[in-house]
Amino acid sequence: MSTIAPKSTPTYYDEVVRKGYTRRDFAKFCAMMGAYLGLSQSGLAQVTEALKTKPRVPVIWLHFQECTCCSESFIRSSHPMVADILLDQISLDYTETLMAASGFQAEEAMKNTMEKYKGEYILCVEGSVPTAADGVYCMIGGKTSMQILEEAAAGAKAIIAWGSCACNGCVQAAAPNPTSATPIHKLVSGKPIIKVPGCPPIGEVMAGVIVHVVAFGRIPELDGLGRPKAFYSKRVHDTCYRRPFYDAGLFVETFDDENARKGYCLYKVGCKGPSTYNACGVTKWNNGTSFPIQSGHGCFGCSEENYWDNGRIYSRASAFPGFGIEATADKVGKVALGVTAVALAAHAVATNVRKHKLIHNLEKEGQQSEKDLENENI
Amino acid sequence: MEKNKVHRLRRVFVWELPVRIYHWLNALCIVALIATGLYIGSPLVLQSSSEASEKFFMGWVKTIHFIAAFLFFFNFAFRIYWGFVGNKYADWRNFIPTNKHYFKEMWQVFKMDIFMMKGKEHLSVGHNAVAGFSYFITFILFLIQCITGFGLYAAMSNFWFAKLFAWVPTLFGGDILLRQVHHWTTWLFILFTVVHVYLVFYHDYVEGRGEISSMGGGWKFIEDEVFDEVKAEKQKKLQEKKEKMEAQMKPLT
Ligand code: SF4
Ligand code: SF4
Repeated sequence: MSTIAPKSTPTYYDEVVRKGYTRRDFAKFCAMMGAYLGLSQSGLAQVTEALKTKPRVPVIWLHFQECTCCSESFIRSSHPMVADILLDQISLDYTETLMAASGFQAEEAMKNTMEKYKGEYILCVEGSVPTAADGVYCMIGGKTSMQILEEAAAGAKAIIAWGSCACNGCVQAAAPNPTSATPIHKLVSGKPIIKVPGCPPIGEVMAGVIVHVVAFGRIPELDGLGRPKAFYSKRVHDTCYRRPFYDAGLFVETFDDENARKGYCLYKVGCKGPSTYNACGVTKWNNGTSFPIQSGHGCFGCSEENYWDNGRIYSRASAFPGFGIEATADKVGKVALGVTAVALAAHAVATNVRKHKLIHNLEKEGQQSEKDLENENI
Repeated sequence: MEKNKVHRLRRVFVWELPVRIYHWLNALCIVALIATGLYIGSPLVLQSSSEASEKFFMGWVKTIHFIAAFLFFFNFAFRIYWGFVGNKYADWRNFIPTNKHYFKEMWQVFKMDIFMMKGKEHLSVGHNAVAGFSYFITFILFLIQCITGFGLYAAMSNFWFAKLFAWVPTLFGGDILLRQVHHWTTWLFILFTVVHVYLVFYHDYVEGRGEISSMGGGWKFIEDEVFDEVKAEKQKKLQEKKEKMEAQMKPLT
């Protein structure tokens, strides 16, 4: 692995050719990326042009508290060119998982890239940063992940937070979050941060984000939570192929019932699709083979903040802090309703006792008037 | 049977027509929203032999929920407006304490109606202070429910009005928490409705002034003595003022 980028950096297209791909392969790759990004014809031309002429952008890819499923997802993204060109040693100057160098050599490579391409490189972060106990829970090469992140972020042009770990802490940040796992946007300020949540994010989505940054030289349009709009503006529910069953009111109740066999909607067995923003329904997984709902399992909500603590996987009802894990809105509501009914009944009894005279007088008065009416002696 | 003292009652126009329309439209919307909302949260498992494409049950439940939500919102907005142009019983000052008297009355209501202490019954022709303030709290609930509801709705709508709420999921970090807040607040609406209906019956029962029917015709019936009392009080105040002024004038003469 050439750990230090050569002086005159080749373009992406140069690398494509060097790797033995044809021009046609390259065009197909560009078209695919353009489609994922939702680009128009002119946008597509721009992507093609950029990948042809622009020298490759150096990338530093850091791994902190994570399981590496994001990297796995990325290198398995459907188009081989993604792995070969974007991820190969050409683009990637430092990533523990995939680089050949190790130890001192590897750290050297990162240092070199950071110095040589100050303000130009893209920093990809996979995993969360533990801040408890001065960060000892995750140390690489004698430095805490916090130190590494700070150093690498200082000269980065933009930061991409891969996966739910980097975006919201994922499983490490689940209560009680023993290591104080912290997402990237809470630690770095003053740099554009692209959040690409998911556990893991879809490989094509990751490729799309990188291609966008490389081709246009700027970060893609983000939503209010910092996620690329092209992939996270729709809920899984809005693109789900089981949606007609939902609208019809036809639901699976248990995973082995008749309705499950018929492929009804998984809402009642805990599908989080209606509150999850992701591209699974459109892009799917593993070269567009399938996605959880297609395999008969509800959406987990893996790209949503705090999804580990948001309640149970197989029910729609969610836990509420302070009421114990078993409490759901409906249970607490019914109890409160019962308590209210009892209180009102007690109040009604008390009224009749304590205000007896008052009520009695009102009744008397009414009866008197009634009598007066009859006797016509008003 | 000894002859009772029979009060003469005077008709007072309390709830204007717009207030009454608001009230019943609001009631209708809330009932529809609660019913459809709870159904959406946990729908029944229907069995059907027909194709899904021929059915749209959940779709209709949601449609009713959304239509009711829009009605509810604009009706609520209208009521706020009416709080500035309506009669004195509709005025916004009934809901938000602006003076010491408001708190005094609240305490009075607590003493008489909740702790059931003996003493002089308080009188309020329109809302009493506790009721008024509790409506202010429900207005806040209305607001929470509108914001969270339209926040959840924004992502699936192209309507500019719904899009105005696109910032809400951002604030809550996503739809999951937002949905929870929306669901929990629903239960506060249910509790409010129960207590509200009970208290209307309670007031009608212990006051005999036509509390229940007032939301129909707009009238309440107030004892003649009350008018005398109010008049006397006004005169007393006027007298005091006059005396004070005279006392000030004296040194000048
Ligand atoms: S974000 Fe979640 S999924 Fe991705 S590496 Fe982390 S643990 Fe694995
Ligand atoms: S399976 Fe899930 S995402 Fe699909 S329609 Fe049902 S609730 Fe929505």
